[in-house]
Formats: sequence, C-alpha cells, structure tokens
Amino acid sequence: MSAEEIEDQMPDWSAFRGVLIFIEQRGGIAKKVSWQLLGEGRKLADKLEVPLMAVVMGDDVRHLAQEAIAYGAEQSYLCEAPELKQYRTRPYSRVILKIIEEVKPEIVLFGATATGRDLAGAVATHLPTGLTADTTELDVEPHPSRLLLASRPAFSEKMMATILCKKYRPQMATARAGVFEAIPKDETRAGEIIHIENEMNESEIAARVVDFFEESHSINLEEAEIIVAGGRGLGGAEPFALLKDLADVLGGVVGASRAAVDAGWIKHEHQVGQTGFTVRPKLYIAVGISGAVQHTVGMSGSEIVVAINKDESAPIFQFAQYGIVGDLMKIIPAITEEIRKRKEFLGIQIPNTESTEAIESA
Amino acid sequence: MLHIVVCIKQVPDSREIRIDPKNNTLIRQGVPSIVNFYDKHGLEEALRIKDEQGARVTVVTMGPPPAEKGLKECISLGADEAVLVTDRGFGGADTLATSYVIGETIKKVEEHWGTVDMVFCGKQTLDGDTGQVGPGVACRLDLEQLTYVSKVVEVNEEKRTVMVHRLLEDGVEVVETNMPVLLTALKELNAVRRATLPNMLRAARYKPTVWTTADFPNIERDKIGLKGSPTIVSRTWVPDIRKINCTMITGETPEKIAEHISDKLWEEDVPKKLGWTS
Ligand SMILES: Cc1cc2nc3c(=O)[nH]c(=O)nc-3n(C[C@H](O)[C@H](O)[C@H](O)COP(=O)(O)OP(=O)(O)OC[C@H]3O[C@@H](n4cnc5c(N)ncnc54)[C@H](O)[C@@H]3O)c2cc1C
Ligand SMILES: Cc1cc2nc3c(=O)[nH]c(=O)nc-3n(C[C@H](O)[C@H](O)[C@H](O)COP(=O)(O)OP(=O)(O)OC[C@H]3O[C@@H](n4cnc5c(N)ncnc54)[C@H](O)[C@@H]3O)c2cc1C
Repeated sequence: MSAEEIEDQMPDWSAFRGVLIFIEQRGGIAKKVSWQLLGEGRKLADKLEVPLMAVVMGDDVRHLAQEAIAYGAEQSYLCEAPELKQYRTRPYSRVILKIIEEVKPEIVLFGATATGRDLAGAVATHLPTGLTADTTELDVEPHPSRLLLASRPAFSEKMMATILCKKYRPQMATARAGVFEAIPKDETRAGEIIHIENEMNESEIAARVVDFFEESHSINLEEAEIIVAGGRGLGGAEPFALLKDLADVLGGVVGASRAAVDAGWIKHEHQVGQTGFTVRPKLYIAVGISGAVQHTVGMSGSEIVVAINKDESAPIFQFAQYGIVGDLMKIIPAITEEIRKRKEFLGIQIPNTESTEAIESA
Repeated sequence: MLHIVVCIKQVPDSREIRIDPKNNTLIRQGVPSIVNFYDKHGLEEALRIKDEQGARVTVVTMGPPPAEKGLKECISLGADEAVLVTDRGFGGADTLATSYVIGETIKKVEEHWGTVDMVFCGKQTLDGDTGQVGPGVACRLDLEQLTYVSKVVEVNEEKRTVMVHRLLEDGVEVVETNMPVLLTALKELNAVRRATLPNMLRAARYKPTVWTTADFPNIERDKIGLKGSPTIVSRTWVPDIRKINCTMITGETPEKIAEHISDKLWEEDVPKKLGWTS
C-alpha cells in the first residue's frame, strides 16, 4: 500500500482528544515512572492543546488521584474497589477500557514495567489499536495530523525507530522508566477527580494474588541513583562485599555484569545490560567490567560513569567520564574510606549495614 | 492429558548485527538465526510438565520457511508436534496482526491435537523486543494471562489451576489462576536441557506441519500482515555514539586516587544531587 493510499484512508479522529496516563502503584505508592510519564504527557498535551488525564486504580488510592494533579494532570479518573487492590490483568483492563471508551483520548501511555506492559498489551488488543513498545522519545505532530511520534531503540539498541499509528485511535505506547522527567510537584495545582465504578466482581476474576514478597535481597536497579557494578574482574563472590560497602556509603545499590552473574557470584536481579536491567543512575561505578556492548547498552544512560579497570585499553573507558587504571581490590576500599571520611566531616550519618547481606551468591 | 502449546520465534542473533557505517543500515548478512532464548525456557517448562505429569507439547511459529530449523530444534528437545505458519500474506505483521494469526493458529492446533490448556510465550524476543505478543494472544483466545513467570509452582490438572511466581521490579508475586492460561517465560524459570539422541533422530526425520493463508479460509484478510498492522515503522536512524573524553584519575597510592576521584565527584555536585548538602 502506498503512503497516499494510507493517507486517503485516514479516518476522522476529531472525537478523540487528550492524553491519558496510567498511574501504576503498589500499596498506595505510585511508581516513579508514573510521574515521569505525566511530565512527558504534559508536554504532548500542551502541544496539542488538549487536557492531560490520569487513571488511578486500586483500593484506597484517592490520594494518588490528587497527587497526579499535583504532577500535572487536569483530570484524574479514579476507580477504587477492593477487587483492584492488587494488579490483575482482567479487572484492570476492564476499567481502563471503560475509561478509554468514555473519554476517547488520542494518546494513552503506560510505564514499560512488568505491570504496564502486561496491561497495555491486553488493552491494545482488545480495542484494537497499535501499541509501540518501550519508547524512549515521544513527540507529536501538530494539527491536522496530530500523530504521536513514538521512538524506541531497536536491534539491541544499535538503532532507533520512530513508530506511527495512523489508522487507529487511541495511539498507545509503553515508555521506559527513568527517561522522562516529572515536573515539580505542586500541591496548589487545581484539577478534577472523576469517579469510575468498578464493574467486575471477585467471582468473575480467576486470578488470585496469593502472596507478594519483596525478595529479601530484591533491589531496584532501575530506580537507583547510584550503582556500583562489578564484573568478572572481581574474580569471585567475596569482593562484591567491597562493592556493597562502597554502595552503602554512597547510598546506592550493587549491580553486576552478566559474566559475574553467570559465574554465580551474584543474583541475576543485579544484572545490568541487554538481558538484565537498563539503568539511568546519577552515578555508575563500573568495577572490573570490560565494557561489552551488551553491558553498555544497559548503562550508557548514566549521568556520570566512573570506570575502574586494570587494563587501560578496556572499552569501558570509552563510556566513562572518569577512569582509574588499577587493581580494584586496593582502590575500592580506599574510595569507600575517603567517602566515609567526607560524609563524617559533613555530619551525615552513615547507615549501619551488614555488608554481605544483599549480595549472597545466586 | 494436558495439551501445551509453545510459541517460538526464530530471530537473528542481535549480538551479531552490525551497523554499516557508510549508510547507517543494518548488516544482517551472515547473521545466524536462533530460537529466541526466552522461548526455549517456555519450551523447557512445558517439557518438565510433560515429564512430571504427562502432556502433549505442540510448538508453533509464524515466520519465513527457514524457521523450520527452529521447530526441528524444539522436536530434538522433546516437543511432540510442530507447526510452521508461513505465507507472504502474513509478512510485515506488527504485534496486533501477529497475535491474531497466532491465535487463529492455536485454534487450528486445537482442532488437530485437542483442546489447549496452557500456552507458553517468551517474555520478549531478541529482535522486535516488544513483549506484546503474549498478552495479545491471551486476549485473542480469552485465556487467563500470567506474564514474567520465574517459577511454576503447581499445575493442577484436576482442579485446572496453575500457580506461579511472577518476577516484578519490586519483588515476587505468587499468583494462581485457572486454565486455559498463557504464561510468558523468563530465563529464571529453568535451565534448558540438551537434546537426546532419540529425539535428535526423530527431529532429523520430522516434517513440521506447514500452514499458509489457504489453510485459514475464514481468516480476515484485513487483520493480517502489513495491512492488519496499525503500527508503521516510519524512520530508523543510528543514534550518535556518545563521545566521552575520559579523564584519567591517577595517584601514587590508592588513597591519593580515592582523594582525586572524590574531588571530581564533589566538583560534579554528586553530594548535592544525593541530598547530602543543600
Ligand atoms: C545474548 C547475550 C546477552 C548478554 N547480555 C548481557 C547483559 O545483560 N549484561 C552484561 O553485562 N553482559 C551481557 N552479555 C555478556 C557480554 O557479552 C560480556 O561477556 C560481559 O558483559 C562481560 O562481563 P565482564 O565485563 O564482567 O567480564 P570481562 O569481559 O571478562 O571483563 C573483566 C574485566 O575486569 C578487568 N579486571 C580483571 N581483574 C581486575 C582487577 N583486579 N582490578 C580491576 N580490573 C580487573 C579486566 O581487565 C577486564 O576488563 C550478554 C551476552 C550475550 C551473548
Ligand atoms: C524496529 C522495529 C520496531 C518495532 N516496534 C514495534 C512496536 O513498537 N509495536 C509493535 O506492535 N510491533 C513492533 N514491531 C513489529 C514486531 O517486531 C513484530 O510484530 C514481531 O513479529 C512480533 O513482535 P516481537 O518480536 O516484539 O515479539 P514479542 O512480543 O517480544 O514476543 C513475545 C513472545 O511471543 C511469541 N512470538 C512472537 N512472535 C512470534 C511468532 N512470529 N511466532 C510464534 N511466536 C511468536 C514468542 O514466544 C515470543 O517470545 C517492530 C518491528 C521493528 C523492525
């Protein structure tokens, strides 16, 4: 089909207006990505001169509907019900489908989290409409096309692709955590909270959440502001305790390369990279990591990278603002001590942690 | 006996893909194709259920004819039957069109080999990388959906329930639901087995069932392939590689190095960014 033919078939979308953001929460606490999406959604809505709306679902989550307004939404659609306490695909997608049907937004965004992807995939197929995955750049074309330009990394992040959805509405996308910026919270911002009824009874929902445990060692790399990551250069599980000491004194978490995970020195939940997590901390310290592309795709969005490697020609130095050539076993404890001293001087309390805890081998 | 369908996709090994610096295009030549590795974990789990309580395992893929190789690999690992859905008409599908065809395929699989109780997909692929096909297929077939499964705790054929662990960003969720169910597999789910000699011999002789659009007389033509795909890739480009000048930090002793790097972090306002200072 030629571009003209597609153009010819462009239906009239004037009934669809506005940008809708799904606010993901657990236990009444919103995921940061939700506010980041509101920040980006605000820009899109302003450009299109349409309202920015939020969808809040859960049990006892009214405060989040208010918070969404403080973060930039003009309207919060709020659906509270015991059935929505925990995320489950069917009741959540039922509510969001109902809202989409009523509100007819032209754009709907979800975080590219496990929950956001699970929900967006179901909702888009139901509608049906196109869904662009895992976007890192969003923009809109002005009137009359009003198209969402959703861009995402492709082929192991070696390329970027812009994806359009011309013939269906709403235009939907999931967007990565940590890429977009929230606008400052302003409690004085006014907005409207619109209540939506939940229509799905517990008896109609097959899925039952039996339990949830924050894995005792579970860490949140994606939201961490400081990551001290170790690789094969550590030579074993024990040196990860040194990294944990440094991470603790910095208030960060421990990351790892796949080589370290595969060797069984640390659990997969610490892995950064193509088959691990994509991270965007303020500070990333790469220790004994050579800098293979599958690793760097996961960390190259870090604000400041410090690389420590005994090989001065290691590719990781091409990704680092600061490089230290030397033996990590000596350098890491020295940095930990130096930071500790400086924090003490500033009068900042250093938390007392058991350094081996979070890094038990896998 | 349980009937489990495993969806697999033959993907180019993206590690091997390079960019042609002259015209910024992908060099796919000579790039080997592999079975998407999350799918192998889905297959492994299906085979474990088969080993433990007996099950029929059918593998399906939509793709060009060479995808047959991936199906044979699955047979050599222990799958019972394999189906290749291939036709130019299916080409250019996005996840919406893909899930439609896979859904129709699974309906046809049911006609041939019996009602399907479980479907496994991978968490995502190495190429398209969207993770949307699994939820899409579940929706098409009105199956319960359990994504990001890191452990299958129980498959109860009698009660028709499945209990799993889902690995989320902030922890592990234990959830139970009813069959029929679609699960998407993480690599944490299991360790993939090796092919056995008898299965390898079977695979060598095995001819996958091949279906084309002609085998789906009722399929809606405007829902498949490029035409049935709402998303359009309009532009691709190679992002600028970040050019960073790495400042080397030196010093006679580790202590001196530690001092220098700390000075740099202070210059970069790291303490302020961390809220240590105002
Ligand atoms: C499909 C696929 C997916 C992958 N996904 C990922 C992924 O998600 N994440 C990932 O990280 N990798 C991934 N990899 C693996 C990746 O290709 C590399 O093999 C891996 O990142 C290498 O890890 P490393 O840098 O720790 O080890 P190495 O490459 O072995 O580097 C170790 C480094 O430590 C240095 N060193 C040694 N001793 C010391 C010392 N005492 N002091 C200081 N430095 C020292 C060495 O000079 C060397 O540079 C993937 C690979 C494949 C095929
Ligand atoms: C650069 C680029 C970007 C793209 N972006 C998007 C996008 O944002 N949105 C979109 O809708 N499409 C997109 N596509 C199209 C998408 O890649 C294809 O539709 C693809 O065939 C299916 O998606 P996937 O590979 O991401 O599968 P995923 O959804 O990641 O796959 C999950 C699982 O579904 C099963 N599965 C997937 N495909 C098949 C198959 N053909 N046969 C059997 N089982 C299968 C496997 O078990 C797999 O592990 C893009 C394509 C390109 C080239």
